[in-house]
This record gives sequence, C-alpha cells and structure tokens, in this order.
Amino acid sequence: MQKVKRLSQNQIFWPLVVFVSILLLNGIATKGAFFEFKIVDGHLYGRIIDIIRNGGKLMILAIGMTMALATGGTDISVGSVMAISGAVACSIVDGRIFPGLGGNAGVAIMMALLAGLACGAWNGFLVAKVKMQPIVATMILLVAGRGIAQLITQGKIVTIGINPAINPINPSIYYFINGGYILGLPFPLMIVIFFFLLALLFTKRTAFGLFVESIGVNSAASSFTGINVDLVKLLIYTFSGFMASVAGLIESAGIKAADCNNAGLLIELDAILAVAVGGGSLAGGRFSIASSIVGALIIQSVTTSLLAMGVVPQAALVAKSLVVIAICLAQSKSFKEAISSRFRKGAQA
Amino acid sequence: MKKNFALIVTGLLFALLFGAGVAVYGFKLSTFLNLFNTNAYLIIVSVGVTFVLLTGGIDISVASNVAFTCMFLAVTMRAGLSPLLMIPLALAVGTGAGLLMGYLIQNFNLQPFIVTLAGQFFLRGLCAVISTESIAISNSFYTFMSLGKITLGRGNNIYFYVFIALAILAGAGFILNFTKFGRGVYAAGGSEQSALLMGLPVKRIKTLVYAVSGFCAALGGVVYSFGTPAGYSLQNMGLEMDAISSAVIGGTLLSGGAGTVAGTTLGVLIQGIIQTSVTYQNLNTWWTKVMNAALLCVFIAIQRVLAARAEKAKTAKPAISKA
Repeated sequence: MQKVKRLSQNQIFWPLVVFVSILLLNGIATKGAFFEFKIVDGHLYGRIIDIIRNGGKLMILAIGMTMALATGGTDISVGSVMAISGAVACSIVDGRIFPGLGGNAGVAIMMALLAGLACGAWNGFLVAKVKMQPIVATMILLVAGRGIAQLITQGKIVTIGINPAINPINPSIYYFINGGYILGLPFPLMIVIFFFLLALLFTKRTAFGLFVESIGVNSAASSFTGINVDLVKLLIYTFSGFMASVAGLIESAGIKAADCNNAGLLIELDAILAVAVGGGSLAGGRFSIASSIVGALIIQSVTTSLLAMGVVPQAALVAKSLVVIAICLAQSKSFKEAISSRFRKGAQA
Repeated sequence: MKKNFALIVTGLLFALLFGAGVAVYGFKLSTFLNLFNTNAYLIIVSVGVTFVLLTGGIDISVASNVAFTCMFLAVTMRAGLSPLLMIPLALAVGTGAGLLMGYLIQNFNLQPFIVTLAGQFFLRGLCAVISTESIAISNSFYTFMSLGKITLGRGNNIYFYVFIALAILAGAGFILNFTKFGRGVYAAGGSEQSALLMGLPVKRIKTLVYAVSGFCAALGGVVYSFGTPAGYSLQNMGLEMDAISSAVIGGTLLSGGAGTVAGTTLGVLIQGIIQTSVTYQNLNTWWTKVMNAALLCVFIAIQRVLAARAEKAKTAKPAISKA
C-alpha cells in the first residue's frame, strides 16, 4: 500500500495516468483502430507512432522550456527561433545562401543550430545581464525573430528539393530528420531520447539541476550562497534557444520547406502547457523533464484527437487556454484556501 | 523635472527622427497627419497597456482582444444587427475579458504573463471558432466612420476616428493625474508595500487596470475596424509587442510606478515614423519589426542603467547621513 502511495506522489504519476487514459479513450472511440501497428518495409506505422513523431518538436521544446520555467522565467520566443532555424537550414539546402556549398545538408544543420544557440544566448544575455523580465526579453525575439527569418528567406517560402542545381542527396538527408527511421522507430523520437538523456545527465548527475531549482525558489538567496545565478540563467536560455532550433529543423524537414510566417506559430503556449500539464511549477522551482515530456505527449494526443474529430486547429486554442488557467488555479495556494474554506463553511452549516 | 526627464528624451527622439525625415524627404503635412490616421488604434491600445505596466503588471492579451472585437463586430453586422448597439456590447465584452483576467491574477496570485497569455490564446481561438476567413463589414455607419474626415487643404486629412484616440488620451491623462484611482495606480506600482500601508485598495486597483486595458483594447479594435472594415482571426499578430514597446519607449518603467500616457503616444508616433520611412525606402516591411525591437532593447537598457544608478544612490545615502 505504501508503495502505491509513494508511486502516486511521484510527479510523473498523474501525467502518465492522464496520457494512458487519453490513449484508451481514443482506442475505445476508434474501436481499437487507434492501437493498430503496421510494419511496412521494416518501419512501424500507426496512430501512436504518429503522435510520437508529430509530438517530437513539442517534446524537444518542452525540455528547454522546463528549464526556463524552473528558474522562474519563461521563453516565449521558441516559435520564432524555430522559424529562424528552418529559414537558415532550408536556404542553405536550397543553395539560396552560401551557394558554394552546393546545399550541403550537414553544414545547413550546423548553421541552423548555431543560429539557435545565438538566439538563445541573446535571450540569456537580456535576462541575466541586462536583467530584463524574461517575458519582455523573449518577446523581443518573438516579434523580431519572424522578421529576421523573413529577411533570411527574402520574404518567400523556401521549398527545398526543387532546385535542379542541388545534388538530390542533400534534401533527402534533410528529410531524414523528420521522416527517417532507425530500428523501425521514427528519427524524431531518437532526437528526443538523445536530448532527454543529455538533459537528465546534466540535471541529475551534476549540481546544475539543484542550482536551477534553487534559483527558481529564491534567486537572491541562491546568489548569496555562491551560485553564479547569471551564468546559470544564460546557459538555460541558450539551451532553450538551441532546443528551439532543433525543433525548427524537425518542423521544416517535415513540411520540406521553411515557412517563416507559420513555422512554430503559437507553439510557445503548447510548450508552457506541456510543462504545466506535467506538473512542473510555472512560478519556478520544482521541475521534472520526464514529466514535461509526458505533458507534451498529452498535448499532442489531445491535439491529434481534436483534429481527428474535425476541430479547426486554431479553435483548439480555446480548450488549451482553459486548461492552462485550470492548472494555474490548481497550483495556486490562495485558490486552494478559498475552496477549502468554502467547503469547511459548508460542513459547519 | 526629474519626472519629465524620460518624456523629454522621447520627445527629443521624436523630433530628431521627424527632423531627419523632413531633411531627407521634405516636410509634408499629410505625412504628419497620417501618423495619427494610421496609428489611432495603436495609441488607444497602448494607453490601456500603460495603465497595466504602471502597476508593474503586463498584459499580452490586447492583440487578440483587438482581433476578437473586429471579428465580433464583423459577424454581428453581417447578421444585420445595428452597429450603434453592437459597438457598446463589444466594448463591454472586451472590458469584461480584461476584468476577468485581472480578477484571476489578483485574487489567486497568478502570474500576469501566464494568465494574459492564456487570455491571448483564448480570444484568438474564439476568433477562429467564429470564422477562419476574413469577413468584410459594410454598412452606412461604417462607411461614414471610415471615410468621414476633416480636410485641411489638399490631401491633408484627419479622419474622425483620430479624435476618439485623442479623447482617450486626454481622458487617460486626466484619470492618471487628477483622480484617486490614477494616483493609486502610480502608488501601487511604485511600491506596493507602502501603498498597502497607506490604506490604498491595491488589489482593487491592480484588478481594475486590466479592465482599463481590456476596454482600451476593445475600443482600439473598434477604431481599427473603422480603418480596415473587416474581421480576420489572424489580424494584428504581435500588436501587444508594439503596444508595450510604445509605452517603454515613452518612458514607462516595466517595473511600474513611472510613466505617462503622453510619452506612450510619442512612443507610438516614433514607431509610426520608423514604419513610414521603411515604406519610403521601399524596404521589406519586416524591417519595421526588427527596428522597433532594436529600439525597444536600447530603451530598456537605458532604463536598467537609470534604475541601477537610483538603487546605488539609495544605498549610498544612509552611509553619508551616518557619517
């Protein structure tokens, strides 16, 4: 019994329960078709595989966002950084910039990741050194970022794989980021697992995770205990920017184009929501990357289910925003007090 | 003098930019008037956001509120309802949305950015629920409001709806400087603790500023729909950034307690000049956003330096008095 109790107190327990029940509900609604797996050419296909593949970028973003929220900040520029990363990568693969490279996909990916690092470092600089409020600091890039992406692509949607001057091997390497398979599993899942393990290694095997939580709980006190608060924040925003650029690569490889206006549009709420649904505190402190990833899976499965029911993607925002508020209220101390005092009053009367 | 320092800096920047524009392109009255014509709605929205920023909060739901108001008006007009009835209703809905967000933030100690972010997505989502296509507004009242203007000589026009913005500006200036609520806004933003000890209803003030912001956003939406008579679910994306940066460029401290609506208006006009020159230079319109963001960065950096200096002065003073 105690074991069950300890299990249910674990942060990841309830998100997992929710995720599994959403899958089950979907399974019942589709009379089992939801759980069908097909193996074609040694690759797994099925609805669940779709959720994992399409949720890849959200899970990646959630890893970075978890850290940013854990320090008591936030990063709302991730969607725009995705657009920049996609714009850089696709422009290189299509030979629009650096045509001398002949559309080398490896260089394109490297440059896109570097762009993400630079964007993240810029956010980190504004938050840690200039001491801006994180929401305002990252809002600058949220708006300017799409402008920068437009300037890179010269305001056009860059579709790759149609330029005859480019060796077709390069676009096909690039497509692999989203559409590829390793051991029968989609490649985005591999990317997620890689970064998840990397983040886990850093936060659990070093003191870094402890620093992050400590800053989230009380930044001033952490600074007095000798933690280099500025450096930790700088690293975290840089990491979040980097994660966003990885997500941008996955997205642009999926649609085989860089669409600066729509890549990662409004995804920042999904990323914040993933962390919140995973049980992480939005006010900083407690965090669990694994729970946030489950949170991202929940969001993706809800989105997929809503789409399957024929709901307009934008309209799903209404439901999502209500969930955010509900979770915020559930985390709020004064809300809990207000509710419990009402119940107590009821009991006395 | 000290209070008006930021306003003077902004005023000088405006004069400098406008002077540079005049030097390069020559003075045209119509260009100056068009700054107001094209930015009337932004002035209204920014004035509302200034109230929230003055208390140290933030409201990023205004862009969606503008879009929702336009959408709401477009759909109800298409159904044949009277604009004279629907415009007050749209204003009430916008104000209500702001009030609800303010209530959630203050009563349950939630973070303003998360609640208003949720509000932003909620209203944007509602637009999409109503329609994902652009709906045009066409009726005699709208024709009158969108074309009605005062002409000062050839080609120099001021549209009627500019006067709505000016009235809001005057009203907001009056409220902030000469009413109990307005002084309370500054007090609550300057130092919440002191304001509480003075017996000011801080919670109520901090809730009401979101209602003010919601009202201004809805009115901004109405004015925007006069200028562009249509409702579209994705219009005005990123407007909240323009509004906040106008306030910041106009000297409003993001930490609250200092700022003026006159400065905010100058901030809007400065961004208007940038936009006009980008158009004149025939550059990609995205340069506007990039340049506005750069300008915002510079101004926030200046704020930080000033704030750091003020803090140093504060901590240095007791040491001197002791000696």
